[in-house]
Amino acid sequence: MNEVLIAGLYVFVLAAFLGYQVISRVPPLLHTPLMSATNAISGISLIGSIVTAGAKYNTTSTILGVVAVTAATINVVGGFIITDRMLKMFRRETKSTRPGEAGKK
Amino acid sequence: MSAQTLLTELSYFIASILFILGLRGLSHPDTARRGMFMAEFGMLLAVIGTLLHRDIVSYEWIIVGLLAGSTIGVAMGLWVPMTAMPQRTALSHAFGGLAAALVGVSEFLRHGEHLGTFKVTALGFEVLLGGITFTGSLVAFAKLQELLKGQPITYKGQNVLNFLLFASAVVIFIALVLNPGHTVFFYAMCALALLFGVLLVLPIGAADMPVVIALLNSYAGLASAATGFALGNNVLIIAGTLDGGSGFILSILMCKAMNRSITNVLFGAFGSASAAGPETGEEGVMREVSLEDVATQLAYARKVVFVPGYGMATAQAQNAVRELATHLESRGVEVKYGIHPVAGRMPGHMNVLLAEANVPYSQLYELEQINPEMPTTDVAVVIGANDVVNPEARDNPKSAIAGMPIIEVDRAKSVIVLKRGRGKGFSGLENPLFFKPVTGLLFGDAKTSLARLAAAVSEL
Repeated sequence: MNEVLIAGLYVFVLAAFLGYQVISRVPPLLHTPLMSATNAISGISLIGSIVTAGAKYNTTSTILGVVAVTAATINVVGGFIITDRMLKMFRRETKSTRPGEAGKK
Repeated sequence: MSAQTLLTELSYFIASILFILGLRGLSHPDTARRGMFMAEFGMLLAVIGTLLHRDIVSYEWIIVGLLAGSTIGVAMGLWVPMTAMPQRTALSHAFGGLAAALVGVSEFLRHGEHLGTFKVTALGFEVLLGGITFTGSLVAFAKLQELLKGQPITYKGQNVLNFLLFASAVVIFIALVLNPGHTVFFYAMCALALLFGVLLVLPIGAADMPVVIALLNSYAGLASAATGFALGNNVLIIAGTLDGGSGFILSILMCKAMNRSITNVLFGAFGSASAAGPETGEEGVMREVSLEDVATQLAYARKVVFVPGYGMATAQAQNAVRELATHLESRGVEVKYGIHPVAGRMPGHMNVLLAEANVPYSQLYELEQINPEMPTTDVAVVIGANDVVNPEARDNPKSAIAGMPIIEVDRAKSVIVLKRGRGKGFSGLENPLFFKPVTGLLFGDAKTSLARLAAAVSEL
């Protein structure tokens, strides 16, 4: 046991409680955007990958790092774009669409 | 602490706060986009902060990775159709698991035997969870994309084999923690995790994918959190835990919506022939109705409720539904949509498709909200849904889906079921709804039927 571990456990447990509170309040309506949003946010492992790719520890490390950076970036960039695309579609009231116009963007 | 490190840490601190605020925004559609902008800004800060990290000596490979990832990410983000959202989500879980696992492998390569017990444990979790998520999500993707057949793939002794695999992975994990220098343990564990991921998802049917996707979401998040422990980085722990928790909550919700336990979903191979429970034997004739009849019924109804299922997504019928609804509304008919939590292939799937087709979210009703309205509904239209409206779940305690909450369309004054053919649904269960006197069946492709209904209604 060391201090880093204990501090980490505190953060973990508090984040879990907070996450439970915050996420329970997300309505089922938004569950798909929620999933792609949390997915984009957990792409934060990108920052671990960036250090691995740029630190020149050794060649294998660099290669693994570059692949990891690519994979994580796909999630971050793609995830946020898709989440926004979905959220843009949720509207409270109908725009004055006439029959025949429905679904066209 | 140097000024450089201070800046990096500060960026992580702000990012953590912004992520939490961002997710809080998702509690309402009106605040959701603003919330996501905060989360995006947080991510940008964290990445810039990381680029200042003292270990980084060269940037060329980082830039290569960032550019490649952004290119693919933008392409996927802009062009993946909403109907393919379940596949896309499964694929992104695979990427998330892969990234976490690779960072773990690289850390292990670098430090090897010099790792302390705590760090090896964290790395072990990271690689185990990352590996399982990676291959498991790829299998889920293949099933959703129909590269693999959607039915459960089962064989004799499957659960025993899976259990043995998992148990040996755990044993090797413990051995590794006790002897961090033994590289061979580490690679054996990686290999087992990858294999276990495949075998875990293979036996799960496509109809259970909402649970599996949510569960893999949770694993991907926990893998990120484990990375945070291994690197001693709090923003990774926080973001990973939020993702892990969200996936976990969603999988519990999905299980509740099917009245099944997670164990049953994972090891029950639901939807295979053996799982089909005893039936009530409530056979009868299906009453086929003509398009004109349905159009007249709809046009002169006061309240119509549409109940979509995965069939609406496969038929790409969401725009046609909206079209029909618009015609009905212009005649003064009240239109609502009843959305079952597990309709579709991922949580919230139907809501997104209908929102894309311009249905305002104020018309989308959850299960608990729409059921009390059923007795006052003139026509309930079931579009490509089956199990979620199967009255067996309510009436027959011996049914395989007994106790699953359903949308009680059979309490409406009239039910119209749009169906491709006379066959049973995905789970292979008989659905007595189709034989009830109140029910009329309109056979054919849902999209075509709906479009023709819209035309017929507009001419009345």
